[in-house]
Amino acid sequence: MLLEVEKLNVSLGGNRIIKNLSFGVKKGEILTILGPNGAGKSVLVKTLLGLIPYEGKIKWEGKMKIGYLPQGLNQLKMQKSPLTVQEFFELKNLSVKLSEIKIFLELVGLETDVLSQKAGTLSGGQFQRMLLAWVLVSKPDIIFLDEPTTGVDIAGDKTIYSLLYEIKQKQNITIFLITHDLNIVYKHSDNVLCLSRRGHTCFGPPKEMLDKKALEQIFGMEIKYYEHH
Amino acid sequence: MNIINTTTMQIILSLISGIFIGGISAYLGTLMLSKKMTVVAGPLAHLAFPGVAIALVFGLSISTGVFPFVVLGTILIWYLEKKTKLPLENLSAIIFALGVGIGLLFLPIDKAEEALVGSIISITPGETFFVIILSIIIFLVTRYIYKKVILINIDEDLAKIEGVKVSKYNLIYLLSVAAVVSLGVYLVGALITVALIALPPASAKNISSSFRSYKMWAIIFGMISAMGGILIARWLEAPIGPVVVLTGVAIFLLTMIFKSRA
Repeated sequence: MLLEVEKLNVSLGGNRIIKNLSFGVKKGEILTILGPNGAGKSVLVKTLLGLIPYEGKIKWEGKMKIGYLPQGLNQLKMQKSPLTVQEFFELKNLSVKLSEIKIFLELVGLETDVLSQKAGTLSGGQFQRMLLAWVLVSKPDIIFLDEPTTGVDIAGDKTIYSLLYEIKQKQNITIFLITHDLNIVYKHSDNVLCLSRRGHTCFGPPKEMLDKKALEQIFGMEIKYYEHH
Repeated sequence: MNIINTTTMQIILSLISGIFIGGISAYLGTLMLSKKMTVVAGPLAHLAFPGVAIALVFGLSISTGVFPFVVLGTILIWYLEKKTKLPLENLSAIIFALGVGIGLLFLPIDKAEEALVGSIISITPGETFFVIILSIIIFLVTRYIYKKVILINIDEDLAKIEGVKVSKYNLIYLLSVAAVVSLGVYLVGALITVALIALPPASAKNISSSFRSYKMWAIIFGMISAMGGILIARWLEAPIGPVVVLTGVAIFLLTMIFKSRA
């Protein structure tokens, strides 16, 4: 096991966000963390990353390089900044060679001439790809992606996920993916961890876990009907 | 003859320190603008009030009074942010009220002008030397923390995962701000220091195509504002502080025209 979580409890501001959660992740797996807004998905990821105090057990196997794409790291914040794509890559703590950056930009399907463009002027889809390259360029063993397609249109959406899957096939990285989008769950995840606002949780392979009844329990009244892909 | 020489000497000294203060304020200002922190400079500058008051009452040089107060205020803001998680702007507003309150309580009104509009024209050679050394130190420190602070500004959690010690860099950053604010109080006075930090980066942003050019233009505009302001103020026989700021505003308007044409 790469990660073992047992009886995890996390409270924020007096509210218990995560209650008695247990699950495990093996090396090279894709775990999708699924649930509606406010169910504590981001909180869980931040807890696993050691950014939030917790009770219970979180055990990582050995020391690993981690890449993280936080939710809401969107263009709005950078829209007014003169930071170019190349300068954004130069902010990384480990200095990365320009040739390496170019390799990863091409890997995520971007032209290398975006390097001199301002990061804030890229299209939504380009920006997300650029972020993915930014995370991958340090060659992490594990990546955490918190809603990586926020603000990207559906066409852009699908390609980012298939891209992620391709990259995973090539380099044996473990991926933690947060989403509320069910379509991608069935396609690529090894396991799904679902969280709901009422504290209901489930964990297991997507096809076994997610029947209509389970989905209703997770999402409540928000989603009435789902078509399995 | 002697009087003319002294005056010329004073102008040269104030120009030298002005260029250094203008440049370093603008450089740090580029970092602050990206953190939406230029608003914090104002309150910090007003923290100088009690310091100026004490310096004037005890007949000390203004910097002796200002620096400890601004640094103490800065550490207080840093500590409160860590403990309360309130936005820096809110905390600064509290510190602002504290500074002005205490300042007005003790600052003799007839001597308030020096604190408000600065006293660079009466700067001594020793003080000029101090300004140069402090500017160079702040420049080196700021350059060291620059990229890390930008990453913290973009996303604090992301910076942490990248291995940046957020709390440490925030403290170094705020101390640099405190040092620059103290210098700014020298040149343009507490009231207008914020303009020295905010105007050149804002002007530079209008015309730059990358962060590198943004930093460079900000420093150039900061230096021109200080230099031009001092010379124009001498020529018009006007107080230096306001003229330096108005020069900065003029540059900003010019870059706006450039931006709208580009």
